[in-house]
Amino acid sequence: MSLGHRLWQQRQLLVMSVPMLLYILLFSYAPLWGWLTAFMDYKPAKPMFENTWVGLKNFQWLFSRSEFMLAIRNTLMMSIITLVFNTVSAITLAVLLNEMTVRKFKRTVQTVTYLPHFLSWVIVVGLAQNMFATDGIVNQVLLSLGVIQSPLFFLGEGRYFWWLVGLIHVWKESGWNSIIYLSAMSSIDPALYEAAEMDGAGRIRRIWHITLPGIKSTFVVLLVMNIGMLIGGTGEGIFDIPYLMGQNLLMDWSQTIDIFVLKYGISKGQYGRATAAGIFKSVVAIILLFSANRIAKRLDEPTLL
Amino acid sequence: MEIRKTGRSVGRKTHYWNMAFHTANTLFMLALIVVTLYPVLNTIAISFNDGTDALRGGIHVWPRVFSLESYRGVMSDEYVFNAFLISVSRTAIQTVLNLVLTSMLAYTLSRREFILRKFITTIFVLTMYVNAGLIPNYLLISRTLGLGKSFWVYIIPTMLSCFNMIVIRTYILNLPDALVESARIDGAGEIRIFWQIIAPLCLPVLATVALFVAVGAWNSWFDTHLYNAGKPKLHSLQYLLKMKLATTQASTNAAMSSTTALSAKPTSTPITIRAAITVISALPIMLVYPFLQKYFVVGLSIGSVKG
Repeated sequence: MSLGHRLWQQRQLLVMSVPMLLYILLFSYAPLWGWLTAFMDYKPAKPMFENTWVGLKNFQWLFSRSEFMLAIRNTLMMSIITLVFNTVSAITLAVLLNEMTVRKFKRTVQTVTYLPHFLSWVIVVGLAQNMFATDGIVNQVLLSLGVIQSPLFFLGEGRYFWWLVGLIHVWKESGWNSIIYLSAMSSIDPALYEAAEMDGAGRIRRIWHITLPGIKSTFVVLLVMNIGMLIGGTGEGIFDIPYLMGQNLLMDWSQTIDIFVLKYGISKGQYGRATAAGIFKSVVAIILLFSANRIAKRLDEPTLL
Repeated sequence: MEIRKTGRSVGRKTHYWNMAFHTANTLFMLALIVVTLYPVLNTIAISFNDGTDALRGGIHVWPRVFSLESYRGVMSDEYVFNAFLISVSRTAIQTVLNLVLTSMLAYTLSRREFILRKFITTIFVLTMYVNAGLIPNYLLISRTLGLGKSFWVYIIPTMLSCFNMIVIRTYILNLPDALVESARIDGAGEIRIFWQIIAPLCLPVLATVALFVAVGAWNSWFDTHLYNAGKPKLHSLQYLLKMKLATTQASTNAAMSSTTALSAKPTSTPITIRAAITVISALPIMLVYPFLQKYFVVGLSIGSVKG
């Protein structure tokens, strides 16, 4: 069958897919062209190639600024804290839900813990500001338990910021993230549990030797995916919480690479420098993703790529 | 005799241990429910409370002085009403368009004989890892395409989503091939096969994806912030709320000083108004998601199989 004939035969499939191909080329690939501006002293008023080329000057400027170094540190710290908090809380919740015997209660807990996932970051940050205010419920509880003597200024002190970001994530996403682990657990052969019980294994040992190994491959795939996002790839909350909650006062702890890009690119109009920061982020993300993938491969685990 | 005794005591020990575990687990889950719901119930209570009274603080999950004044104020505010309409219309249009286009593409990429299958799939999967970044995208959308300061900036850049496409494609790949084959023998074209045979069978996964897209659309604020901040007529509800977050603290202090000598007239203050807008902007999704729970749980599991 000739190529022309096959194309004609598949014309309807082509009609259904080629416009989408063009669409994605325009919206996801054409902007890569804009990476060139990182090597220019770019002024958007001029046509692209009438701007002066400056080589790596924009990158040199970036790495000579302590503000950018702090932004890298903050992004990584918030991402790592969030990743660890999220993973531990999701797996713990999934294990405990899996051990529940009363179906109706289990379902109620699930419905309730999925709820925060559907709230916007704007709402969640607003709620967090109420809860962590100096007269908020968190301070009230800590005071009445005698853990602290006077209210803590959670929202105004830099040293609390990263941990708040992690805690807010846990509140919003633990329930949602547990879904994937629960579904991995549901495909574990029940005969394994029966055999273990027959051998006299207690609950903790069954969880340790059957449940956790049963979700190991899910864990590895998610970990590889998330390590690629440590530098702030698409982890929404790593942008939204610091952007909505950080104040000038906290900038040294709250400013991430994305916020830096936004500030210099959009507000100050220094497109070349901001794009350079964006490129740095993308390159690091790809390197992280491939290294994590390679490590997973070496450990004989199922991989993402 | 000896053996029996130890056997029984082990059994009893396990029994107590089980009881203790289930009690602890139940208590933990109850605590979890409280921690999850408290912030939400607290906001609802404040939104139904009298404004001046709310300034005193100390409201937990039930209003102290019941009042509908904040809702009355919010509902009669044209700006809020307009933002509500913008949010509703962008969510509706984006969800429908995204769903139709994404599932159509997913169908073509599920056909093994399709010439461009591999090429298009690779191009799409790569977009999950290669991202030009904020500034180049901004320049494309607002300068090159001139979509800034318009309603279409909410719709056009969000018509397709790669992750959802893969979820739907995986679902279609799990349907029996014979369905498509027999329809083809009957002379149906691809568009008809997709629309009349495949799409109805995909309802569970389409419901999941629709929920994902609708939640994303309803909750987004950043595109308004970036492209339409200068056009109040195009502000969405979430963006409006975002601006209230920034201004409530300052205006609360002002309200404190101005309302100290107030009469018994019902009032609303920035705190209660913000709470009321929060409730309104969370309500639509809160009402819908429990009914879709069984779908999205399945949908997420499909997504996890193929990464």
